[in-house]
Amino acid sequence: MVDSFWYLALAAVVFAIGATGLLVRRNPLIMFMCVELMLNAVSITFVALSRRLGDMGGQISVLFVLVVAAAEAVVGLAIVVAVMRRRARVTADDLTSLSG
Amino acid sequence: MAIAVFAVCAVIIIAGALGVIIFRNPVHAALSLVAALFGAAVLFLTLDAQFLGVVQVIVYAGAIVVLFLFVIMLLGVDVAERLQTEPIARQRPLALAVGAGVLALVLLFAVGFDLSPSTRQGAMPALDNCIGLPLNDPARDSPDVVLCDGPEVASNVSQIAEGVFGDYVWAFQLTGLLLTVSVVGAVVLTRRGRSLPAPANADVTHDDRQPEAVS
Repeated sequence: MVDSFWYLALAAVVFAIGATGLLVRRNPLIMFMCVELMLNAVSITFVALSRRLGDMGGQISVLFVLVVAAAEAVVGLAIVVAVMRRRARVTADDLTSLSG
Repeated sequence: MAIAVFAVCAVIIIAGALGVIIFRNPVHAALSLVAALFGAAVLFLTLDAQFLGVVQVIVYAGAIVVLFLFVIMLLGVDVAERLQTEPIARQRPLALAVGAGVLALVLLFAVGFDLSPSTRQGAMPALDNCIGLPLNDPARDSPDVVLCDGPEVASNVSQIAEGVFGDYVWAFQLTGLLLTVSVVGAVVLTRRGRSLPAPANADVTHDDRQPEAVS
């Protein structure tokens, strides 16, 4: 195992890439993938620090992060499917009917 | 050797992450996400989280991303999006600045974190003191040797099980409830309502309004 700092640095880079992608891309599906990237970065952090501190709670937290990410992907994709049934090409900027 | 594995995994993960935000075609982005997730799974294996590495491949790469691809293919949105449009002025440089700021913030914390050798007795104390011997080695039978595949070192799965069904059992039950709720929500969201399904020769602009009552 390499020093913990490098795992944290890698997770930080992936998180920053995911955050930038979430802000730049307008396709809802790719925005979801960027969120999954950020969750993955957090998972890497959890597991690296769990191994570092000898605490099993980090790995169990990653298990729960995985489950929550799955549930979020299911509901989010259901919303995308429901919206895209009405109109063919939808980007995140077109979904403005709820704004004041 | 460990440094080489980490370096290769880091390159794969970062390349996959950059691919997700750069590719215009959603299918290409999903495949580069799979590459990033595989790199992360190998990283988990190097961190003695074997269960999580396997679960990452099976659930994350094998189910969630496949679900993404199902939706992409079902909706026919594999047409590339135009990356030139910017709804907010100077959005792309602003997004890069925010990303760099997030990176700087997290790295600042990582540098300040105390990474000196830990003297804490955690859940994995025996892994640092065990030795690995081949199966036909007679030294395995000597009384004071702690083998890495012996009974003193609990397997990763049993360690996770002790936690999930012990200290974290409430969180475990709540995530089960969350999964049920999300499945019900997905079914409700994608229902077509009580109207009859559209006939084969319907035009593209069909709507799901309720059929009017016949007076």
